[in-house]
This record gives sequence, C-alpha cells and structure tokens, in this order.
Amino acid sequence: MVPPADGRGVLVYCEVEGGRLAPLALEVLGVGRRLASALGQELGAVLIGEGVAPLASEVIVHGADKVYVGEAGLLCEYVLELYLPVVEEAIEQAQPAILLFGHTLVGRELAPWTAFRRGVVASMDCVALEIDPHTKRLLMTRPVYGGNAQAVQVSMGDPQVATVRAKTMAPAVKDHGRYGQVVELKAGGRLPAPRVKVLERKAEPGTRVKLEEARVVVAGGRGIGSASGFKQLEELAGLLGGAVGATRPPCDAKWAKESQQIGITGRIVGPELYIAVALSGASQHLAGCSAAKVIVAINKDPEANIFHVVDYGIADDWKAVVPALLSCLRARTDKETEGIWR
Amino acid sequence: MKNIAVCMKQVLDPEMPLSLFRIDPETKSALPARGAPPVLSPFDENALEAALRIKDDEKAKVTVITLGRRLVRAVVTASLAAGADELLLLEDASFNEFDPFLTASALAAAIRKRGPYDLVLCGLQAADTNAGLVPIGIACLLGVTCLTGAREVRLKEESVVVARSLAYGYEVLEAPCPAVVTVTYEVGSLREPGVEAFMSASAKPVIVWTAADLELEQAGMAGGRTEILRMEVPVRASRCEILEGESVQAKAEQLVSRLQQAKVI
Ligand SMILES: Cc1cc2nc3c(=O)[nH]c(=O)nc-3n(C[C@H](O)[C@H](O)[C@H](O)COP(=O)(O)OP(=O)(O)OC[C@H]3O[C@@H](n4cnc5c(N)ncnc54)[C@H](O)[C@@H]3O)c2cc1C
Ligand SMILES: Nc1ncnc2c1ncn2[C@@H]1O[C@H](COP(=O)(O)O)[C@@H](O)[C@H]1O
Repeated sequence: MVPPADGRGVLVYCEVEGGRLAPLALEVLGVGRRLASALGQELGAVLIGEGVAPLASEVIVHGADKVYVGEAGLLCEYVLELYLPVVEEAIEQAQPAILLFGHTLVGRELAPWTAFRRGVVASMDCVALEIDPHTKRLLMTRPVYGGNAQAVQVSMGDPQVATVRAKTMAPAVKDHGRYGQVVELKAGGRLPAPRVKVLERKAEPGTRVKLEEARVVVAGGRGIGSASGFKQLEELAGLLGGAVGATRPPCDAKWAKESQQIGITGRIVGPELYIAVALSGASQHLAGCSAAKVIVAINKDPEANIFHVVDYGIADDWKAVVPALLSCLRARTDKETEGIWR
Repeated sequence: MKNIAVCMKQVLDPEMPLSLFRIDPETKSALPARGAPPVLSPFDENALEAALRIKDDEKAKVTVITLGRRLVRAVVTASLAAGADELLLLEDASFNEFDPFLTASALAAAIRKRGPYDLVLCGLQAADTNAGLVPIGIACLLGVTCLTGAREVRLKEESVVVARSLAYGYEVLEAPCPAVVTVTYEVGSLREPGVEAFMSASAKPVIVWTAADLELEQAGMAGGRTEILRMEVPVRASRCEILEGESVQAKAEQLVSRLQQAKVI
C-alpha cells in the first residue's frame, strides 16, 4: 500500500524557554532542516508566546525558510488549549508532510492532539528520523519496552507527526547568510476561553540543578542507601564542576529530588562525563544518559548490566571508591593551584 | 456518587531480566517470557491508587478497564483486590497493544457504553509502548480535556484539580468534569490489598466485552495509522574497561588518569 503524500515540506515547533530558543528547539530545527533538504522541500517553524517575534531571525539563521509567529499576551505561558489552535493555524497554512515537536511536557501534549485531530497517530520520543529513499516516507525509530527494543515505524497518513528525544539529533548549524520569510498568525484574535484553569504555577527552590547543561553528571542509585550518601556525591560533583542526578529509587526514598531523576520519565542529559554510582543500569535509566561522551560505573556487582554500556568501570563498593576518588581529585586540584602560584 | 474509570494495561514485566527479553520478528512485538508473568503497567497502578484515594474521602465507584488480546485473570483481577469496585475486560484477538488508535477507540467506546463518568484516570505512558498516546486519544474521542503527568489528583464538586511537576517547579490545574487525567509514579504506589478487600475481590463483578460489543466502526477515528516496519533489540557492543588494581586507591588513581587522558576532567 502506498501511503498518501498530500502534505509538503517539514514544519517544526520551536519551544521557547526563558525568552530564548530552548536547546531542544535547535535540535528539532537541525533534524527538520536535514529532512526538508532530503525531500527538496521547505522547512517551516512555529514560534508561539509573548514577545517571541524577535526570535524569528534566529530561527531563520538556524535553517527555517518560513517562520510562523503566534504572538499574544495571553500566550505568555504554555496552556494546551491556547497553544493548540495557534499550532493548528500554522498547520493549516503550511499543510506539512512532516510535523515535529521536542519530546517535552509541551510536545507530549501538542503532538498527540494535533495528530489525532487530523486522523493520524503521532510517533513519540523518536531517537532517529530518516527519509526512506524509495517511498519518501519518514522512518521513525523509537525505543519501546522501556528501551529494551527499538521500533521503526512509518505513518500511513499525513502529516507524519513525531516528537524528538533530547540529545539524539545534531543541533542546527548557524548560517548568517540564510534568509527566510516571517508569517504572522492571527492567533490572538480568536483564542477560545480555556476550560482548564491554571490555579498556581511556582518555581520550586533548589530544583534548578541545570542537569541538562552540566559538563559532568554524577548519578546515584538505590545502592547509595541514604540522603547523606548523596551529600558525598554532591562533593564529588562539586570538585568536577558538575551536578548530581539519580535513578528512580532515591527519588522515591527522598534522598534526592524528583527533579534529579534521569531517564525515560526524568531528564535526558548528555554531559562529557557521566559517573553512575551504585545503580544497576536499567534501560529506563540508560535512556536518559546514553548521549554522554564518556560513562563511568562504580558498582560492587561485577555482573551489573551497567558495565555493559560504560567506558570505564570500578567493580567495588562506592563507599570506598568515592572517598578515594575525592582524595585523588583534591590532590590534583592542589597541584594545579600550586602551579598557578609558582 | 462519583464514577471513576481507570484504564490499566497488562504489559510484559518491565523489570524482568534482560536475558529473558525476546522480540518475535513475525508479530514485531515482544514474546511472552517464560518465568516472568505479565504485570499491570506501573503508572496504571499509580492511577488506580489515585482513584482509591478519592474513594477514601467520598462515595465513588471505581471501574477498572483493561484491554488486551489475552488477559491473564490472576494479573488483571489484582485491581479488584486492591479496592476497585468492578473490572471491565475488553478482550479480542483483533486488539493490538501497539495500535493507540484502535485501543483509544475501544476504551472510549467502553467508557461511553458503561454509563456516565466524572473522571478517567490513565498512566502517563504504558511500559511497553512508552508513548502516552491512548489517554489523549480517549479524550479526543470523548470530547473532553486531558491533563497529563499529574502527581496529585483531587476531585471537587464539578471539577478535577491536578498538580504536576514542571522542569523547575510545579503547577496546579483545574478542569471541568468529565476529564481524562494521566498520572506518574509521584502519586504513590498502589496500596497492598487488605485482607477484607482481598477476600471480597472474588465477589466483585467482572464484565467481559469483545470488539463486537463495542461497535467500533462508529467509535473509531478514520484515517492513517502508524505501521511498525521492524522491531529489534539494539546490539550493545561492550567497550568497558574494568580498572584493576591492588587497592581501591590505585583503581581511583587509574580512573582519574584515564579521564584526564580523555580530556573530560
Ligand atoms: C515505566 C517506567 C519508567 C521508569 N522510568 C525511570 C526513569 O526515568 N529513571 C530511572 O532511573 N528509573 C526508571 N524506572 C525504574 C527502572 O526500571 C529501575 O527500577 C531503576 O532505574 C533502578 O534503579 P537503581 O539502578 O538505582 O536500583 P537497582 O536496580 O536496585 O540497582 C542498585 C545497584 O546498586 C549496586 N550497589 C548496591 N550497594 C552498593 C555499594 N555499596 N557499592 C556499589 N554498588 C552498590 C547494586 O549492585 C545494584 O546494581 C522506570 C520504570 C518503569 C517501569
Ligand atoms: N490496552 C490497554 N488497556 C487499558 N488501558 C490502556 C491500554 N493501553 C493504554 N492504556 C492506558 O493509556 C495509558 C498510556 O498508554 P500508551 O499511550 O500506550 O503509552 C496507559 O498507561 C493506560 O492507562
């Protein structure tokens, strides 16, 4: 069966974070550009929010041919029922063959809704996207069974909707020579009164660990055993200029904060160095850290699954290894400072 | 009295040993594992717990709906033992655990057919599909809102109030009933069945419907599905160097020098 190809071009949703393009938006633009070029078609981008219009030129520099801008005071923060009609206005205008979102809280809602409402099904949390050279359809690779397997799937209808997992696609390259067109969406005028009310929205103090941006992440698992154990990991991370993450059990036990959870239902990190301490390496956790450049495991069980996926391992008790590492690193720092003073 | 439907999926145990995990290239899905019985999807257990907490505080009827090709009675009736009031099994050889379109259509049709409801609770995502599509499909078909990723769910007179975690904080949302709400594990684990609930479970109604009972042609959405071309277990080439040494200190020193060579510290 040859699927219908009634759409043209690629449309990507660019998430804005604190007035700037989110890092994942650049990754979505990157893959969107690559797919559009493979098809020889246009790349469109959707920007929604309050005061986002100035970002349009940055989106063009990062590969978009056309930017659909939905600007309105009401859109200052994401609310599904307000954002959905604006995204749909862009879809109506662009009639894309491919529609991409980042796999974030926002994308996890907008992708399924826009797809179902068009009689198609979104492919969630994709880690690879390619155009099939024969059929020109989008081949979407996504982990299933918690990451134990990967499925390659294709949408039988247009638009072919997918969300993209963070740190799996190369970010867009800046090209200041690019030019593109800005299309203003009428958004503001016809927003419905939302059925859902936001009663409260608060930043939680201390949750800004910025795990995604850290160059080094030290992650602790169930084997850490206590909140004070996590203090030692903080010390290790501190010496390396990094941040501390965790698997699910420590978050459940409140040794670590929920916002520190790394994995399929937590954060996705891609540091230079990931140190996995006393965690077994469940696929649901590995989903969140496999983009790391170098991975180290410390686990007293030499048979632990984590040793199959890391670069360096120490098969020993973390309670001995971490203090030893701390002293090595301190000695190193002392030497460096000596060097400066000499 | 409030009516709460909880959608719970029977899945392959996500915590089973990897060595037992096999994909059937024919059906493009995992083979049932000998020695690792299926379980109710973890977030769906949290969804049932959220429903039972509402029931702790006010009069409510909790109906669990489970859809599948072949449902293991001992697995799915655990929801009754934990405190659900009735179990609605949608069982048909034509169902497919990787077809969110068909699954949402069947679940929405069953919810409609069963009668008035105030709230539909689901897991954020199923442990096998890892998708988070079915609840939004249900909401779309029922014409109601869907709040996703709740860490706390409360039912008011005519609305549902939900707290959910954001990247750097949390928010509290209120939606009119009926609504679909998906929950994460932050809600808390499903309670252990009390002796009384356990004893009375076998007396609770279990209703079984097939696809024919649901008249799916009318309920379904017309349009394109996704087709799975292949499903594979990714090969992981182990590249790990286990650092050996006389003492822990020696191993730690080796590690630090390796990391310096790799220029990551
Ligand atoms: C739908 C779903 C989603 C999930 N999402 C996530 C997610 O996003 N993130 C996540 O992390 N998990 C997630 N999980 C849970 C996941 O499946 C695992 O249960 C979890 O990651 C295990 O955590 P762990 O490795 O810390 O614990 P365990 O598997 O218990 O491993 C503990 C390890 O510590 C070692 N150890 C113990 N003591 C010591 C010591 N003194 N020194 C050295 N080593 C020691 C042990 O040898 C063992 O290997 C999810 C599960 C499901 C079903
Ligand atoms: N076969 C099913 N039976 C009952 N509930 C289901 C089924 N499939 C999906 N669900 C519900 O929808 C949620 C999300 O599923 P999914 O979209 O597959 O990730 C699950 O956590 C369940 O609450």
